[in-house]
Amino acid sequence: MAHARDESSPLFAGNAAGTLRLIFYLALAVVLMVLDQRNGWMWRVRDAAAAVVEPVYRLAGLPVAGMRTLSVAFGDRQHLTEQNQRLREDLLLANAKLNRMAAVAQQNQHLKELLDTRHSLELNVQLARVIGVDLGAYSHRLMLNVGARDGVKPGQPVIDAHGVMGQVIESLPTTSVVMLVTDPAHAIPVVVERTGLRTVAYGSRGGDQLVLPTIPLAADVQPGDQLLTSGLGGRFPPGFPVGRVTEVAPAATGMFLVAQVQPAADIGRSEDVLLLHDQAEPDGPPAPAKPMGPPSELAPANAADAPATPPAPPGVSR
Amino acid sequence: MNRQSLMRWWFTATLVVALLLMLVPLPGPLAPFKPYWPALVLLYWSLESEDRVTLGLAFAVGLGADVVNGVVLGEQALRLCALVFIALRFRSRLRFFPMWQQSLAVLVLLLNDRVLLLLVRFLGGASLPPASWWIAPFVGAALWPFLFLLLDDLRARWRIQ
Repeated sequence: MAHARDESSPLFAGNAAGTLRLIFYLALAVVLMVLDQRNGWMWRVRDAAAAVVEPVYRLAGLPVAGMRTLSVAFGDRQHLTEQNQRLREDLLLANAKLNRMAAVAQQNQHLKELLDTRHSLELNVQLARVIGVDLGAYSHRLMLNVGARDGVKPGQPVIDAHGVMGQVIESLPTTSVVMLVTDPAHAIPVVVERTGLRTVAYGSRGGDQLVLPTIPLAADVQPGDQLLTSGLGGRFPPGFPVGRVTEVAPAATGMFLVAQVQPAADIGRSEDVLLLHDQAEPDGPPAPAKPMGPPSELAPANAADAPATPPAPPGVSR
Repeated sequence: MNRQSLMRWWFTATLVVALLLMLVPLPGPLAPFKPYWPALVLLYWSLESEDRVTLGLAFAVGLGADVVNGVVLGEQALRLCALVFIALRFRSRLRFFPMWQQSLAVLVLLLNDRVLLLLVRFLGGASLPPASWWIAPFVGAALWPFLFLLLDDLRARWRIQ
């Protein structure tokens, strides 16, 4: 059929059939995009095609894995020795800190038991390795080598040694995709450690930072302030470092302050990450605080007759 | 294996390798320089062997690219379809351009592709990409002569049509 076109008018060919076909395919693509946008078909197709897609990811990840192996194999000895030395020192320091923290943690545990709260400091984590694959989309995503078969579910927070990296947005049978906190479509509820101000950190447009676009003008936020996860929203457990404020300036509208935040996690370089397994709390606002006091079992026997605590207030409506 | 099936294998292999190359990341600072490989390879084939490359094939390759690496299903299918359509439409002229002119044409095609992508992303509600995002088409156009000569040379060496 192509030869027919050659014969007819090779230089200025404008056949209607081609245009019609183009329109057909473009329309098909647009319909697909809209359906996908509405129903999230992409994940389902990827799930269905996982048997084909995952080997492709592994294959595409090979060069990066190879480079890592090569850099270890041919890395000069001095560099490796230095690295080893540094890691030893880090480990020593971390262990020393841990030993000191253990006593505090135990005390904390005890006090919390007294207060009858169930939050524990222990982490239920799973180690995962980053597969070096370029996922396009301005690359604010990572691929991990664990998936649904290892118990990974969408929504799980991902951290590294320094702070929060992001959350799982998709899990295939043996791989999963992580959206980084620096993705412009990502938002994470944070609290300023120094002042306790709660706000939301979004990924910045440039893609390697976070922004706090809605700080009230009167609020006290300074460069150098540390941000922690606040635990609101129930997705990220509270208390993990998110980043450090580098710059505060009034917004263009003049109604808010805008702060630039350097992420705490080593977003570009982490090869090994941790997946948190316990989802902090179910979605929705946190349960209303219980009245403080020791648990009722510890109360003296005669007090049991008296109405101990008022009935819990009804759930907060949004 | 006869020449015909060898050719078919080679054709498929280049497309698969292009998809893989698209997935392989470049180290951090070089990342924006990565050309859009599937577009380049499809362009080569649409210039050199017209009857193999059809809009349907471009659509299929785009869908494949979308499944392995993409934000929205159908996005790359749309882009590659538009690209191949333009290339096929001007094929007879593009083929006889001198190399530098051909590279310029490729640059325009790739820039057009970026604009399409921008449009799709914009309608999808994504934010504007950084300026470095526009480097890739230039790299693609600069690589075009080498890719073209390499693929042509291999084809001539193996005597496949």
